[in-house]
Amino acid sequence: MPKNPNIKKVIVIGSGPIVIGQAAEFDYAGTQACRALKEEGIYVILINSNPATIMTDKNIADQVYIEPLTPEIVKKVITQEKPDSILPTLGGQAALNIAMELEESGFLRQHNVRLIGTSAKTIKKAEDRDEFKKTMEKIGEPIAPSKVVTNIEDGLEFVKTIGYPAVLRPAYTLGGSGGGIAENEEKFKEILENGLRLSRVGQVLVERCIAGWKEIEYEVMRDANGTGICVCNMENLDPVGVHTGDSIVVAPSQTLADKEYQMLRSSALNIISELNITGGCNVQFALNPASFEYCVIEVNPRVSRSSALASKATGYPIAKVSAKIALGYHLDEIKNAITGKTYASFEPALDYCVVKIPRLPFDKFIKASRKLTTQMKATGEVMSICTNFEGALMKALRSLEQHVNSLIYEDLNERSSEEIHEELHRVDDRRIFVVAEAIRRGITLEEIQDITKIDLWFLDKIANIVKMEKRLGSEPMTKELMQEAKRLEFPDEVIAQITGRNVQEIHDVRFAYDIHPAYKMVDTCAAEFEASTPYYYSCYDGDCEVDATRTKKKVMVLGSGPIRIGQGIEFDYCSVHSTWALSESGYETIIVNNNPETVSTDFDIADKLYFEPLTAEDVEAIVNLEKPDGAVVQFGGQTAIKLTEDLLKMGVPIFGTSAENVDAAEDRELFDEILEECCIPRPAGKTVFTCEEALTAANELGYPVLVRPSYVLGGQGMQIAISDEDIVEFMEIINRTVQEHPILVDKYLMGKEVEVDAVCDGEDILIPGIMEHVERAGIHSGDSISVYPARSISDKIKRVLEDYTRKLATSLHVIGLINIQFIVYQDEVYVIEVNPRSSRTVPYISKVTGIPIVDLASKVIIGEKIRNLGYKPGLQPESEYFAVKMPVFSFEKLRGAEISLGPEMKSTGECLGIAKDFNEALYKAFLGNGVDLPKHKKMVLTVKDSDKLDAVEIGRRFAALGYEIYSTRSTCRVLNEKGVPAKPINKVERESPNLLDLILSHEIDLVIDTPAQGIERSKDGFIIRRHAIETGVTVLTSLDTANALLTSLEKADKEHLTLVDICTL
Amino acid sequence: MKAFLILEDGHVFTGKSVGCTDEIVSEIVFNTSMTGYLEVLTDPSYAGQAVCMTYPLIGNYGICFDDMEANKPWQSGFITREVAKLPSNFRNQESLEKFLIANRITGIEGVDTRAITKILREKGTMRGMITTNENYDLDTVLAELKEYEIGDVVRLTTCKDIEHYNGAGFKVAVIDLGAKKNIIRELTNRGCEVTVYPSYTKAETILADNPDGIMLTNGPGDPKINVEVIEEVKKLFATKVPIFAICLGHQLLALANGADTEKMKYGHRGANHPVKDLKTGKVYISTQNHGYMVKEATIDRDIAEVSFVNVNDKTVEGVHYLGKNVQTVQFHPEACAGPLDTNYLFDEFMNMMEVSK
Repeated sequence: MPKNPNIKKVIVIGSGPIVIGQAAEFDYAGTQACRALKEEGIYVILINSNPATIMTDKNIADQVYIEPLTPEIVKKVITQEKPDSILPTLGGQAALNIAMELEESGFLRQHNVRLIGTSAKTIKKAEDRDEFKKTMEKIGEPIAPSKVVTNIEDGLEFVKTIGYPAVLRPAYTLGGSGGGIAENEEKFKEILENGLRLSRVGQVLVERCIAGWKEIEYEVMRDANGTGICVCNMENLDPVGVHTGDSIVVAPSQTLADKEYQMLRSSALNIISELNITGGCNVQFALNPASFEYCVIEVNPRVSRSSALASKATGYPIAKVSAKIALGYHLDEIKNAITGKTYASFEPALDYCVVKIPRLPFDKFIKASRKLTTQMKATGEVMSICTNFEGALMKALRSLEQHVNSLIYEDLNERSSEEIHEELHRVDDRRIFVVAEAIRRGITLEEIQDITKIDLWFLDKIANIVKMEKRLGSEPMTKELMQEAKRLEFPDEVIAQITGRNVQEIHDVRFAYDIHPAYKMVDTCAAEFEASTPYYYSCYDGDCEVDATRTKKKVMVLGSGPIRIGQGIEFDYCSVHSTWALSESGYETIIVNNNPETVSTDFDIADKLYFEPLTAEDVEAIVNLEKPDGAVVQFGGQTAIKLTEDLLKMGVPIFGTSAENVDAAEDRELFDEILEECCIPRPAGKTVFTCEEALTAANELGYPVLVRPSYVLGGQGMQIAISDEDIVEFMEIINRTVQEHPILVDKYLMGKEVEVDAVCDGEDILIPGIMEHVERAGIHSGDSISVYPARSISDKIKRVLEDYTRKLATSLHVIGLINIQFIVYQDEVYVIEVNPRSSRTVPYISKVTGIPIVDLASKVIIGEKIRNLGYKPGLQPESEYFAVKMPVFSFEKLRGAEISLGPEMKSTGECLGIAKDFNEALYKAFLGNGVDLPKHKKMVLTVKDSDKLDAVEIGRRFAALGYEIYSTRSTCRVLNEKGVPAKPINKVERESPNLLDLILSHEIDLVIDTPAQGIERSKDGFIIRRHAIETGVTVLTSLDTANALLTSLEKADKEHLTLVDICTL
Repeated sequence: MKAFLILEDGHVFTGKSVGCTDEIVSEIVFNTSMTGYLEVLTDPSYAGQAVCMTYPLIGNYGICFDDMEANKPWQSGFITREVAKLPSNFRNQESLEKFLIANRITGIEGVDTRAITKILREKGTMRGMITTNENYDLDTVLAELKEYEIGDVVRLTTCKDIEHYNGAGFKVAVIDLGAKKNIIRELTNRGCEVTVYPSYTKAETILADNPDGIMLTNGPGDPKINVEVIEEVKKLFATKVPIFAICLGHQLLALANGADTEKMKYGHRGANHPVKDLKTGKVYISTQNHGYMVKEATIDRDIAEVSFVNVNDKTVEGVHYLGKNVQTVQFHPEACAGPLDTNYLFDEFMNMMEVSK
């Protein structure tokens, strides 16, 4: 059937801020779907609160609302824009939940809006635990014995029948949030209580534990005519028990015989047929490794992280095809874009092996529990493609950029074999390295399998890698040995490390042997049909398929790798926009990236896509083949910047700011010289290597001081030290990884932080706007609330900022983007950081000012001038709208993580509040972040001594809003003395009722707790904050943030929120 | 040991020998299934051919004898990128390598199977040799390859004696043209009493047993060389006994009714082929293994209509004979290896027999 002619105007709901469990994959899916809809002539209205996404760009939809994703706001948009349909299956769980709420309340019917993509009934059948169970029973699909419970008593009753361990899964939560495996009654009660509260409908599923079974996923599609296909199946290396988002996943399945493969495929199709799904769907199975017994774990009736992975693994664009199915098309009417000959109604055949590894945030949260459970913890992931599993695994490992380029993990060397044996029981992000070490120690594969339940096939492949390590360490180098090591994707660096030679030597030997990678095409059909889609991966055992013929100038855009805290989706936004702009300027564009969740790795973004690790060696091979005229590194975050020097060595010119000038910004002494020349002050500082040097520097500067390594992103390892003890502790942590560059110790000024992104063409600069941080210096800029236009600084200061930006940009010879962070302290402007590259704020400032700065910067780096691009240089006039960028955290997913903010970045995403009135913009930003107050009008206020006086005013204002305030003794005394009503409450370690009881009573709206500076030694605050976060209570650790929240609560007109269409800015 | 795959067009691929080292000459085809290498190896339709598996990791789950589609593998050779050394699966009984040795199947691994596939796709199916002789003379080999013909492989693969399977349901006569075991299994699973006849059995012999339905199976080679079988098929078709035919059986019925078949450039071999039911518009994913096809234009519209087409290249995938209880399909509803989507056609066959009883 062709498309339904009644669908003309569609509202698409995005997924909101990036949080653990709901990340960039929805930008990829949403962008692809919106483009597919527009291709069909549909008028697309988009709502998504996340400004860092590509989908919220002017050119992706006809109208774009970057507004909080709440049912009320979506209703408002619908009432105003009168769409005829709503498509909720592309924005993850967040979008699905909102659509369900609007459908159930009858709102959609009242406004004649039809739900397309999949019906409400289908969503309910798949998502509601009880309905799902009934449906599966009806069609005879097995599920683990389970029961939906709504209270603790029923839960305890049921668990008696299935025994421990038992699995708990709350209904309607994302990333399995709040779920877990309980080993005993105490744990069971704890998880259940928490899960009941987190579930939107107060339901938790308790089920038989099938931990240790194989976890298999099927990505299936179905159209309204009942045609169902399986796009891809995937097998988790980590057996059931670890969330699939935290598992190492391989596609297609490797250890399933055809009988098992088809059994599960039939089951998946059977299920989507019964659920009457139209579009993409994900079905997760647990398969008993010793029989044909299986059970259905979960069904996601929407595009998901797994479907993004499946799309990239196969070349089959699931989101695009889902969008077309939503319009009424049948699968056999949709062309396969890769072959151009075949149709969407086929199943991709892979002729390679794909490995995905999650990127976990434990480098940022060193205190958080690394244990992997059914609660997802990864912030991102990498994917790699190779002709063999070993090679794909090795490539994926180095794509993670975690200082480990192989299965050799130095820390494990010193452990005894008994310890390694013991470690095998630990299920965490290092397990794969422990398994390799266990094999090195001679522990048998069978024994490892026994403990880890990892399939023998995978263990044997890991053993092959270990064998190669041994061969390299013991045999003389020959062409055959080198060839085999490269086939298994041992990087030159690792071969050098094992053979005790240097990288250059190995590189030269390899070149002398004439061993180079070949590139193969991802074509959905295993070469059965001719394909022209230039989507490539490398291998060392075949012919090269790339046609590197030059028809026009070539430029290589280096992507930003996996999403991690500090380097998020915004760099993908920049890479994609730069690619589009360069393509528009007549260049052939080549993207190199390894992140399956992103838009940049969609095969129709650049002229060529190389799905490869972003290391010098991997990039060099592509350079030698493609011989690009230049490379662009300033849009791919630190990942791309790090490659600058290597690219120059390869003879590839860097488009934009030169490498020396990038260095000048990072090299303390060079930078100081430039500042001196420009007469720009910066907080006094020194460079050090050792702890002793750091102590001397700190004492000379006077505490507090900022300590951080150079060349890092997101303030990694950055700390504020107030004492010698802090310095000793921080230096020890920083020096755990070998530092190639000096460590910086700076005087810490507690002033107003402002930030500027600018484009410089060598002569002129363009500043779209000045952003001001709500929190004072000391909290990482990525974790601060950012306001544009800056409100609290004078015009005089603004002129100084413009002047300094111009001076810095020209002195550093910046061509392209520059990001500068300033501190305004006692009416004096200090520079604290200069990054001659794109920054986190680029998408946000572009959208709210309507100035496409990545496009401008991309054109500038290839020689155009700002003046010729239609812009007047200098600081641009301020917008009539206020735009507030609010950081969003995922603390509740990371057990044991410290949530208090500091110089090291911790947020995973952001949302936007935009309005003509500042207070409204602020309110919307909080709302977008899920802070919807007041509810119970009870709060906890407990602050460190230096904040006590400021806390009085805050207490007074909350009290005026009707809040009942609870405080620990010392804070309470100060509040009461100043006439603020506050009730004393016992600290955590004191007898009940204490703070914890209060928080667990679920009647607290808000906890304001400012921790003492430096690493906090009191456990009390930590416990309060953790419990509050895990109970779903909003926690603020900075009084500046609390102030902003108060302002928004006091002044915003909540009943009359306005909507802003970004396309009109 | 080194092994070489030499193609008719002069391409030589160097790999390692895996399995038997006998030199073989055969037709070279590729198969895109990601699972089911054992089913592919033992499918008699591959008689006279060496199969190049496009999926690079083969043998991962070892060999489970229950999954064999014939009593022995029928391929002449097996071409892979990598054969698993340590297979893992709860039903695994022996490694693929051991199986190849035990069954004297010549194999080669470590070759760029994608490059081979691209050559076959571009130039069409061709002949080739797998040898471990490092001193081969290319010209001599190419001359030898030109001489190779698959020949009458149906005669080779069909059963030698009539086989009988008890059942309380319909009496089905299976004409074994090189049948996959699962065709028989699908029938016996539905309670049928099955008699399997060698391909050269006379129609009179079969009809004398009074079957409720006739099943023409899959099989290898060029359909047109089965001149005698086609004559018998004509006689069977002339009766009122319902007929269900798969693959070669489908082609023979077409030939028996005056249609023509032709060799395809590189055929359909894999488990991902979309076929569209022209009545409902619904698309099914099917297993396929054929190098010949029925020419659509030669089908007499007064006798038959096309019931299924291939969504990719629009070739004929099924024929329904007008006014007859005769259904034929080019693809494999018995799957093995591959999707079970069209398994319902066996149920339809049961209905056909029910109706005509």
